[in-house]
Amino acid sequence: MTTLWAATLGTSLVAFLLKYSGHSVPERWLSHPKIQRINAFIPIALLSALVAVQSFSQKTQLMIDQRLVGLCVAIAALLLKAPFPVVVLSAAVSSAAVYNWL
Amino acid sequence: MSVSITVGAYGVAFGAAAVANGFTVLQSCLLSLLTFSGASQFAVIGVIGAGGSAISGIATASLLGVRNALYGVIMAPRLQVKGIKRVIAAQITIDESTGVALGQEQRGVDAMRKGFWYTGIGVFVFWNLFTLAGALGAQAMGDVRAFGLDSAVPAAFLGLVWPRLTGNFERALAIGCAIFAIAMTPILPAGLPIIATAFIAIAVGLKR
Repeated sequence: MTTLWAATLGTSLVAFLLKYSGHSVPERWLSHPKIQRINAFIPIALLSALVAVQSFSQKTQLMIDQRLVGLCVAIAALLLKAPFPVVVLSAAVSSAAVYNWL
Repeated sequence: MSVSITVGAYGVAFGAAAVANGFTVLQSCLLSLLTFSGASQFAVIGVIGAGGSAISGIATASLLGVRNALYGVIMAPRLQVKGIKRVIAAQITIDESTGVALGQEQRGVDAMRKGFWYTGIGVFVFWNLFTLAGALGAQAMGDVRAFGLDSAVPAAFLGLVWPRLTGNFERALAIGCAIFAIAMTPILPAGLPIIATAFIAIAVGLKR
């Protein structure tokens, strides 16, 4: 099985097991304040790391290219409270402009 | 309804990003049908696209999926469903359905159930249709960089994390993890710098 298929099916299986387990275990198991706090922090950590790695790397090499422009435009859009589609679209358009014309 | 339409936009971004990161249209659509959790799906394609192994991708996505288990814990006593209905309820237990249900809390348990099912099913339909549209669109593009798709992916992650940065502590954690991941990228195998930040989150959560 290829990496892509393993990732597709493995992610799906674990995702469902996690969802189903929540519906099946007693509430007190997962309602501990420390668990709640870690649960709030994990997405912040992983998503921030993903923003950084996807913006500045190619495999294991660091690089700065048109994606930096897209990232800056996305941050500006978020600071201006733009909705999600506008954030993504403005990042894509500015990055494409730099890639095609510079 | 407005939630469902916003989700459509995320769906297009996901479908396009999945294809841009090397997944086929079929695999992109299966991720949306079966995984059905936006952040986890973006994570797995992001890690694999950055050259990570299948295990790194699955681990990162699964860490992000843990919150759905916690949503299930909140929803189960209110939904009171068994058998196949519980399987379906579990599959649509995500940020949006739980959020809308909790927003109806003061209007009673019936309103909560209605909010959960309508939102969950609405989001499921829109998410999957728009994933297909985005994947087909990206497939037709060829060089995704010429259309800025390589920047759309990090922008999507940024859009997902932004609403969670509610205080200075959260912002410091985000910046710290971003710097850590970049610093580790040339040293660790692809994918691991991302997963490693989950342990920072756990350590910080235990200590604070």
